[in-house]
Amino acid sequence: MNLHEYQGKSILSKYGVAIQRGVVIDKLEDAVTSAKKLSEETGTEWFVVKAQIHAGGRGKGTVEETGSHGVVLAKGIDKVEETVKGILGGHLETAQTNGVGKMVNKVLIAEDVYYPGESETNEFYMSVLLDREQGCNVIVYSTEGGMDIEHVAEHTPHLIHKEFIDPRVGLQGFQTRKIAFNLGLSGQAMKQMTKFVSALYAAYEGCDASMFEINPVLKTSDDKVIAVDAKVTLDANALFRHPDYAAMRDKSEEDPTEVEADEAGLNFVKLDGNVGCMVNGAGLAMATMDIIKLSGGNPANFLDVGGTADAERVEKAFHIILKDKNVKAILINIFGGIVRCDRVAQGVVDAYKNIGSFPVPLIVRLQGTNAVEAKQLIDDSGLDVKSVVLLQEAADMVAEVLS
Amino acid sequence: MSVLVNKDSKVIVQGFTGSEGTFHAGQMIEFGTNVVGGVTPGKGGTSHLDRPVFNTVSEAVEKTGADVSIIFVPPAFAADAIMESAAAGIKVIVCITEGIPVADMVKAKEYLNGLDTRLIGPNCPGLITAGEAKVGIMPGFVFEKGKIGIVSKSGTLTYEAADQVVKAGLGITTAIGIGGDPIIGTTTKEAVELLMNDPDTDGIVMIGEIGGNLEAIAARWIKENSRKPVVGFIAGETAPKGRTMGHAGAIVGGDDDTAEAKKRIMRECGIHVVDSPAQIGQKMKEVLGVTA
Repeated sequence: MNLHEYQGKSILSKYGVAIQRGVVIDKLEDAVTSAKKLSEETGTEWFVVKAQIHAGGRGKGTVEETGSHGVVLAKGIDKVEETVKGILGGHLETAQTNGVGKMVNKVLIAEDVYYPGESETNEFYMSVLLDREQGCNVIVYSTEGGMDIEHVAEHTPHLIHKEFIDPRVGLQGFQTRKIAFNLGLSGQAMKQMTKFVSALYAAYEGCDASMFEINPVLKTSDDKVIAVDAKVTLDANALFRHPDYAAMRDKSEEDPTEVEADEAGLNFVKLDGNVGCMVNGAGLAMATMDIIKLSGGNPANFLDVGGTADAERVEKAFHIILKDKNVKAILINIFGGIVRCDRVAQGVVDAYKNIGSFPVPLIVRLQGTNAVEAKQLIDDSGLDVKSVVLLQEAADMVAEVLS
Repeated sequence: MSVLVNKDSKVIVQGFTGSEGTFHAGQMIEFGTNVVGGVTPGKGGTSHLDRPVFNTVSEAVEKTGADVSIIFVPPAFAADAIMESAAAGIKVIVCITEGIPVADMVKAKEYLNGLDTRLIGPNCPGLITAGEAKVGIMPGFVFEKGKIGIVSKSGTLTYEAADQVVKAGLGITTAIGIGGDPIIGTTTKEAVELLMNDPDTDGIVMIGEIGGNLEAIAARWIKENSRKPVVGFIAGETAPKGRTMGHAGAIVGGDDDTAEAKKRIMRECGIHVVDSPAQIGQKMKEVLGVTA
């Protein structure tokens, strides 16, 4: 589950990670009072206004309505309202929003942390995630902060370091020191960095995260080390341990059809193709998407209906798939094991009838337990449903329907 | 010969008296699996499906001599169940449970490190040795006895592959569902190695999906050690980057864990890769030179 920057920072802060402080608002009229309050608490005179959406590249992104960027520095309290106005309520398009602007419902007004002082400021990159191959967590860090890490990985891979965490003993002090020294820090800044890394890792474990990306981590001109941004993803399977974090889910950031499917207990991912599909099992569902492509179409979705493909679920799945007007055909692919194919077939027939005028061709492939009876049941229903048994036949039928 | 489980395996069921455990234990018994009992904390001393129920795995092992366990407990308690099994000396642990927190599995896997035990899963359909023992949730009738071993991350796609292999006249030795989570016990390479060393297995079907690098590691091992043809398929060619496709581990993170990249590596390592999952059985028949 993805969180907004302000939510991620609130979790980090709870674990003692130093953050760039700020106030989140969703109404323009709160802008100035919030900024004043922040000024009193932090002493900041300049303010950074940051759009809160689930996408990176906000600083370079553009708000469609106003032309403003998604992260803007307001140099003084008198500039705050105008700056917030340029972002809040607009649609922000960034390199990661797939060509559509995302509605900005909230902005974070944050303190300016790039103030001048005794030393130069310095930006670093740091993330914490699972290394699947090693079977343990890893801290990835680099001196090249504040820029796209994939770019760094491609062009200067030697500037990216990794520190693996032994699951038996957790993060050790020598590892935090190594990270700080590798980042070129000394004195007070080095001590601050070791504290930062320890707290960050404690937060990662404590909230059952699946990814932290802090870019940049800033060494300020007075040698503090703070998280200026925070991209936090939590392990959805562990949310039962954290009901307060589960409540942070922002459904407005998700595709509305996916939210509806999720509420109906269907595992659904919206895609942009022309053939919808409904499958039991995630692996077979992906394989079915691939078959659609090989047959000359493009999958319109991923949908795993799970083990109980009864009439109610099938009908719900039909409704969800048919919301997409690009869908030209639907392929149902069920391998009946414990689930009997004839029961699924009955579910399909009932759901089809309930929908009334079914707008696109429907291909049903049922294989496994009672597959023959299932095909008979569909063929005898008198409905305009194309019934097949073999996967190859299903592929051929998709090609035929699309041609 | 067979791999991991056979007709002599003594199987216990953890989460025996729950609905999933009850249903699938019944199916396994019907298949002919030697289910010797089960574990449900607090229900020890009772009987379920005509088999004894124990409070702890160690008690079950002591009283029944069980060497294989299958786990149906809910996600919050599953990692604990895996470690309990390992601590009690179970040799093969099959964890069916889907949705275990990753942090729990990192700990459980580390706990198993160095112990004489093998974990299959979690989030998997389990294991089946055709005609001998089913320690899983797959439809047993699909897996007719023969000479092909299957290694797969997926459930229904495994049944699909097995069905094709059987219809191609080849049949199955053992099918190993390794699971679709980011952290799993037995890896693709380890499962392939087991089947490579099984004298009854003539060919191997290896089914993977997007995410991680288990297939690439297995492919490189196969290149060095293969003595049998391997037919491969990777699901998720059409999956978008950065989205989880049902299985928690099925997510494209970079350029190396796409279906395309995995298939390229597999082909370079001499694996017979099919682009269409409908061609798995046919391809195996072809590479084995079976004409019938």
